Amino acid sequence: MSIAMTFIVALKALRRNAMRTALTALGMIIGVAAVIVMVAIGNGARISIETQIKSAGSNIVMVNAGSGPFGPVRQGQGNTTTLTPEDAEAIRREVPGIRYMSPGVNTRAQLVAESGNWGTQIQGAGQALAELRAWPMQFGAFFTEQDVTRASKVVVLGSVVRDQLFGAGADPTGAVVRIKNQPFKVLGVLTTKGQGANGQDQDDTVIAPYTTVQKKLLGQTHLQNITISAADGVPLDTVTQGITDLLTVRHKIAPGEDNDFLVRTLEEIATVLTSTTTTMTYLLAGIAAVSLLVGGIGIMNIMLVSVTERTREIGLRLSVGARDLDVLRQFLVEAIVLSLAGGAVGIGLGFGAASAVSRFAGWPAVVSPDAVAMSFAFAAAIGIFFGFYPARKAAALDPIEALRFE
Amino acid sequence: MSTPVISVADLTKTYAVGEVEVPALRGVTLEVRAGEFLALTGPSGSGKSTFMHLLGCLDTPTGGGYLLNGDDVSTFSKRDLARVRNRDIGFVFQGFNLLSRTSAMENVELPMLYAGRIPAAERRARAKAALESVGLGARLDHHPNQMSGGQQQRVAIARALVNNPVLLLADEPTGNLDSRTSVEVMDIFQRLNRERGLTIVLVTHEQEIAEHATRIVAFRDGRVRADQQVAYRRDAVVELEHVNAQADADALMTA
Repeated sequence: MSIAMTFIVALKALRRNAMRTALTALGMIIGVAAVIVMVAIGNGARISIETQIKSAGSNIVMVNAGSGPFGPVRQGQGNTTTLTPEDAEAIRREVPGIRYMSPGVNTRAQLVAESGNWGTQIQGAGQALAELRAWPMQFGAFFTEQDVTRASKVVVLGSVVRDQLFGAGADPTGAVVRIKNQPFKVLGVLTTKGQGANGQDQDDTVIAPYTTVQKKLLGQTHLQNITISAADGVPLDTVTQGITDLLTVRHKIAPGEDNDFLVRTLEEIATVLTSTTTTMTYLLAGIAAVSLLVGGIGIMNIMLVSVTERTREIGLRLSVGARDLDVLRQFLVEAIVLSLAGGAVGIGLGFGAASAVSRFAGWPAVVSPDAVAMSFAFAAAIGIFFGFYPARKAAALDPIEALRFE
Repeated sequence: MSTPVISVADLTKTYAVGEVEVPALRGVTLEVRAGEFLALTGPSGSGKSTFMHLLGCLDTPTGGGYLLNGDDVSTFSKRDLARVRNRDIGFVFQGFNLLSRTSAMENVELPMLYAGRIPAAERRARAKAALESVGLGARLDHHPNQMSGGQQQRVAIARALVNNPVLLLADEPTGNLDSRTSVEVMDIFQRLNRERGLTIVLVTHEQEIAEHATRIVAFRDGRVRADQQVAYRRDAVVELEHVNAQADADALMTA
């Protein structure tokens, strides 16, 4: 029998049991749709994380003081004193493609106001930090270049610190807080930024000019880090390379010697997060694939029932000249048609469900062509795999016994 | 003489049931010439059905030879046997074995689907002609469940004829039919035998049905016990006239 004819015969056989065919295909439909929706949700999560990271500044390069060559003792990162404000200034002047630069020194201290006190992180920064991190003010203004040059005792509060010291939503601009017994004037409050990429609360912080932190709080002249943002369209690699080259020369690091600084980009963090969500996507797809497998077993079950039920039909076909190969092909094609039809409907349903999820749950769901192709191929493979056993059983029937079968 | 349609020599068949070997045929030698209408009779277990299956190439003999139309089919492969069943042999069964929810036309087209590439138009024309030849020209699109037993058996006969076989094998074809319908079916067999010279082998346990044939071969215990020409052959046409006359008389009586 020709392949085309086999298909027609299979379609007729499936139509003869329309309800059963529909229910069997439903297993396949749900399986394929589940794979597509799960992968779509996983992709959506990845893309939303990527956009979040972009908004946090994917164009940001961090230079951290590294572990220095103090003889045989290798201290932890940030313990060298070789990163200086002069380095920061040199980077801003000499490395091309830099938009904003902010030197950084951090410390922790207790803030005391009239109404309470709160221990938090004090970030010493340049006046460019607000623009660099795209962080607008809720009240007041950020400190100026003049404040940095004069090492003025001024601070800008994160919203959590404001809430703790002055009450939620208050505007403490102009108030005075004491840090290490020195009065600092509050210039303003930053808007709430939420949790950072590493999970820390970005709003539980106080920002002061780095010169102030160096001189008034720490008594040091070196920096812990420098935050740099690249100009639009400038590849981060070039900026990173430029900074590395410049600092290598300025710190007189010989070839083969370890750098006493560390240049990193948020892109690296993004990569880690992306690979995490990719793993999650695989996990979801794996769970969905199980339902596809269950659908396939459903097909095998129904095909086995069908073979038993149609034993006399098989006997008849053999007696009018069907070869066992013809019978094998007939049942195999039925199983494949069943699973592919289920797969096709499942893809449609998957698209629908994915767009419903993204509309109602506000979660982006992106159907990937890969997932569609893969689940369709998987459906076909399942049809062949789970259809083969029943088909072979049918083909191996003895014509006489099949004809006598009640 | 032309080649006999069937020529079997010392045909044996033994089934292995567990450890025990059960002989079903113990050496059958028989020749059937073209145009003969043979009835195989015998009690159940006599081997007539086994012999029928061997003649139909549904099974292979344990020993002996079988020439179908001069071809030694006892040496054929499974694939070649399928071809022989398709082209040279037509089967009619007791239970009709029609595909349910499938029209008479499609049922009759079935053997042609396995006969290599026959264009759809030719398939339809041949199926239509076969159904017309058994008097079902008006029921081409009827499904088996819309037809009487006699009509279903006639569809099955049309299916058996559609590939123009040299041999028609009928296994208790009237077993599920009432006596009047049985005579109608025998009428078709007799006409096919008479008008087309079709060779027919019919298995039955009813003496009356067997007497429609030209020759009766009786089986017992796996051997041929008797083989004789029918002296007083029944003619289905005459019987039908008789039955109809009787029916008319009954109608008059009750009127």
